[in-house]
Amino acid sequence: MTARPSPATAGGDGPSGRGNTRVGVITFPGTLDDRDTQRAVRLAGAEAVPLWHRDKDLKQVDAVVLPGGFSYGDYLRAGAISRFSPVMETVIEQARAGMPVLGICNGFQVLTETHLLPGAMLRNNHLHFICRDQKLRVENANTSWTAEYEAGQEISIPLKNIDGRYVADERTLDMLEAEGRVAFRYLDTNPNGSLRDIAGITNEAGNVVGLMPHPEHAVEPLIGSGRTDGLGFFTSILKKLVNA
Amino acid sequence: MARVVVDVMLKPEILDPQGQAVQRALPRLGFEGIADVRQGKRFELEVEGPVDDAALARIREMAETFLANTVIEDFTVRVDS
Repeated sequence: MTARPSPATAGGDGPSGRGNTRVGVITFPGTLDDRDTQRAVRLAGAEAVPLWHRDKDLKQVDAVVLPGGFSYGDYLRAGAISRFSPVMETVIEQARAGMPVLGICNGFQVLTETHLLPGAMLRNNHLHFICRDQKLRVENANTSWTAEYEAGQEISIPLKNIDGRYVADERTLDMLEAEGRVAFRYLDTNPNGSLRDIAGITNEAGNVVGLMPHPEHAVEPLIGSGRTDGLGFFTSILKKLVNA
Repeated sequence: MARVVVDVMLKPEILDPQGQAVQRALPRLGFEGIADVRQGKRFELEVEGPVDDAALARIREMAETFLANTVIEDFTVRVDS
């Protein structure tokens, strides 16, 4: 299982990266969206570097994405076991040192379990799995992953989960609002009972971002809703790293 | 071998839709008089060696860092006799 094809040999799913900026995409047992995330990274013009959960080594990547899925079968709590995997030790250390980290869906759950982001994710209030396009408002366009958007911009990207209800205590919610750390909010309808319609948040420094909806599924006009509203996540990081 | 039981429950202020679904199903099944249901998790740990204060302290640490997410959950630890 450790021998995964490199992006160069995987081929046929998008232009290969220019090789300047390396974005790691972690695969845990049970991860589903690692290939789509790697492709989104390449479409944005970066090199996608597959990372395996058992390797502490991040292969000198400039940023890391924790993709969606059901890592470790969501046993115990979504993201609870992944948090203790060897790769996460290094990710936590590097994230604290400023490396950009994006957690999508299950990746967001992992980031809350590591306490890199506050709060927690619980079962949707209606108990159903949801899979649909979801409208969001970008509230914070200053993070490493949202710099290509405008504050207040409305985007539509797929949402698919059963454990998507964001919760935190009132004090934490007030702090997130006051510090502008609510990065994305659900628009029109709250799909899962998330407090204050929160779809995604950022850490104080803006390098660690987590959200439940899936930007990596909205990067090509031929696929899905035909919108490419999610591509900005991956081009944001390039802009950020190139200008750094 | 001694058994230690760790019970993990959602904090009272956290909405528990699974518990609510169970509670709403009860009258349909003919079980009346249950005002509220909260659903939690129970872990049964078979401990090698004596369950002394040091062992219990380690189990509490385990519960706090892993078995429960204290952002949303409370836990209790007890020796099952």
